[in-house]
Amino acid sequence: MEYQKYYVPESSKFPIFAAFSLFILIIGASSTINSLDNPESNASLILYTGLACFLATLFFWFRQVVKENNAGLESAQLSQSFVYGMAWFIFSEVMFFAAFFGALFYVRSFAVPWLGGEGEKGLANMLWQDFEATWPLINTPDGGKAFVIAAKSMSFPGWENISHWLPLYNTIVLLSSSVTVHFAHLGLKKGNKKTFNIWLGITVLLALIFVGLQAAEYYEAYEHFGLTLNSGIYGSTFFMLTGFHGFHVMLGGLMLAVMLIRSVFYGHFNEHKHFGFEAASWYWHFVDVVWVMLFLFVYIL
Amino acid sequence: MSSVIESHHDDHHHGPAKGLMRWLLTTNHKDIGTLYLWFSFAMFLIGGAMAMVIRAELFQPGMQIVEPEFYNQMLTLHGLIMVFGAVMPAFVGLANWLVPMMVGAPDMALPRLNNLSFWLLPFAFGILLSSLFMEGGAPNFGWTFYAPLSTTYAPPSVTFFIFSVHIMGASSIMGSINVIVTIMNMRAPGMDLMKMPLFVWSWLITAYLLIAVMPVLAGAVTMMLMDIHFGTSFFNAAGGGDPVLFQHIFWFFGHPEVYIMILPAFGIVSHIIETFSRKQLFGYSSMVWAMLSIAILSFVVWAHHMFTVGMPLAAELFFMWATMLIAVPTGVKVFNWVATMFKGSITYETPMLFAISFVVLFTIGGFSGLMLSIVPADFQYHDTYFVVAHFHYVLVPGSIFSIMAAVYYWIPKWTGNMYDERMGRLHFWLSFVGVNVTFFPQHWIGLAGMPRRYPDYALQFADWNMVSTAGAFLFGASQILFLFIVLKTVMGGKKATPQVWEGARGLEWSVESPAPYHTFSTPPKVN
Repeated sequence: MEYQKYYVPESSKFPIFAAFSLFILIIGASSTINSLDNPESNASLILYTGLACFLATLFFWFRQVVKENNAGLESAQLSQSFVYGMAWFIFSEVMFFAAFFGALFYVRSFAVPWLGGEGEKGLANMLWQDFEATWPLINTPDGGKAFVIAAKSMSFPGWENISHWLPLYNTIVLLSSSVTVHFAHLGLKKGNKKTFNIWLGITVLLALIFVGLQAAEYYEAYEHFGLTLNSGIYGSTFFMLTGFHGFHVMLGGLMLAVMLIRSVFYGHFNEHKHFGFEAASWYWHFVDVVWVMLFLFVYIL
Repeated sequence: MSSVIESHHDDHHHGPAKGLMRWLLTTNHKDIGTLYLWFSFAMFLIGGAMAMVIRAELFQPGMQIVEPEFYNQMLTLHGLIMVFGAVMPAFVGLANWLVPMMVGAPDMALPRLNNLSFWLLPFAFGILLSSLFMEGGAPNFGWTFYAPLSTTYAPPSVTFFIFSVHIMGASSIMGSINVIVTIMNMRAPGMDLMKMPLFVWSWLITAYLLIAVMPVLAGAVTMMLMDIHFGTSFFNAAGGGDPVLFQHIFWFFGHPEVYIMILPAFGIVSHIIETFSRKQLFGYSSMVWAMLSIAILSFVVWAHHMFTVGMPLAAELFFMWATMLIAVPTGVKVFNWVATMFKGSITYETPMLFAISFVVLFTIGGFSGLMLSIVPADFQYHDTYFVVAHFHYVLVPGSIFSIMAAVYYWIPKWTGNMYDERMGRLHFWLSFVGVNVTFFPQHWIGLAGMPRRYPDYALQFADWNMVSTAGAFLFGASQILFLFIVLKTVMGGKKATPQVWEGARGLEWSVESPAPYHTFSTPPKVN
């Protein structure tokens, strides 16, 4: 096999712009958060400037990579680098969620039962002796002094109420979207761009529906159930896990939408070259698996 | 559109650009390696200056030089800067310089990402250091930032600390993805996994550990941020959380992290001992398996940092035994190094001196680690200077000595010039004496009960603290000599041959010294 030269750009302006805009972004984020109770503060301007610069840099950076790809600069070996790179990036995301799932499991198996006086470290019950361990934890150990007690949790409401239970619809939407993105992939592999575009379009639509449903769910939690980030460890784990997942859905949905635009308006991708789409679809399947875990451990069990 | 790219493509294979832009825009693995190494050296000197403040305050009992609040900030920043700013970037710099050359690749697999990984670091540490000048001062809760010290009782600058940790983590993850992809995808034909140089193996495993645990650290600081500013109760028992949860998450990151700081050292030392013993390394495949076992075990030992926090007995026992198991693969490595030297034709150039003292002093640190792994004994040692002595023995004459050894060993390849051997040896002996005088007495005052992290101590610890401070200043001053030696070598010196060292083997020694700006545009043949 003939050796293809590995493309190494001689220099690039994108990384230093990205680093500098992230610098502005985190100065802005830290200052904004530190001055949350000061309405006079303009720190958020720094935050948004950094964010805008960062997103713009990413846009031009990715555009450059796509251009290079279309100009045929990428050898098979370089394409393989992107495949490995994406796989390991997804692994790092898995570990990020593992930290939050780990926190959930620890709290449910150890911290809350101990505070309620059960188990080997049940001595902890001496802090708040009236506290009884339950999950979902609605009554906080301190009896709602520092934290707000919610009216109810987001867990499985029983079979009679199942038709009003949003997470079930969310699950159906997200699981179907994993199937539709797979149909798009199959179509593309057969070289059928029309099938690809239609199924990919449906997937992006399902992503939007999911985000809409989750917004409705959050609204219900905050407005009707009084369940907020301040509702003790149940609210903390619930909103952080589902929130980060929702953020990843938006990110994955954005990736898929970009692929759709590239395919429909620029005619990118064919049956041989489509790793950009494949990477986005891997990410989408990953987001889907996280949701299944969430549905099981946050909502049902 | 394509014409733009063509002209871009034509620029390929000119030398480096001139001036500052070369360093800002570079995608060259050697340039980026150099940037990492100089950044790490700068952080080493800054973190070292903070250590001098700490030791100066501890020279005598009582409060002399700094306020306790400032002492806490120095202690915290010293730890954070040495771990995230000095040791880790130094190893990444070495990986950048060496991995592509060792596997016969034209560059790192993702060159632009490589530049981003580096340039995030100066910004992140700029923010961290600027917190010294913020209202309420810099982070003051120790490098382990346990909640609630780092949440309920933290200074406002903790928000900046949290985001700078995020950026450092992003840098590490991207750098590690780059290393893994380079090793998996860019090896020259014929370079099977079990033919890879051990430094490459050590970095493959290290990069895997980094990708596995840096996101967990990101999770931990995110929970802190939410607890401090957005009313969650992850680490607050009043809401059903648990401050101990913080320690579990932190050490799930933290224990693999300590192997991240030592595995590349294992790789470096293996190469150096092999070269200067003029023998093939003893037990190559057992070295690889030992590193893999250490990496896997590192995920199931984290709670040995928390024996006194109040865990169920079964957990104490599990983590004790799992920790002790790590001594087995580590022992394999030490025996292999010794066996490599056995009946070798050894010469004692500076890299070899550092490498041999690495083996001896790292083993001392390993043994004190074994002592600490024993639960009932740890109840006595926990949070004393014995622990300080232990981890400084594995980090200073361990990680840092291996980095210095690597610099002396490969600097002729980087610059084309030999360093001054006499000055190198002087630097070694001053560092060797300095390190032992600083840290060995800390074992004794720790066993006698001196707690760590305080700016003052009881009178009976005065003598050895004075000795320790004297050693610290000797060690600190001898690093100025190191800086001088490195600068002198960069400026000029005796010209180095391609092979540099008589016993050196490996692809990086097959190219001229200094290594050309682009090596292996087409892959070399590997037998």
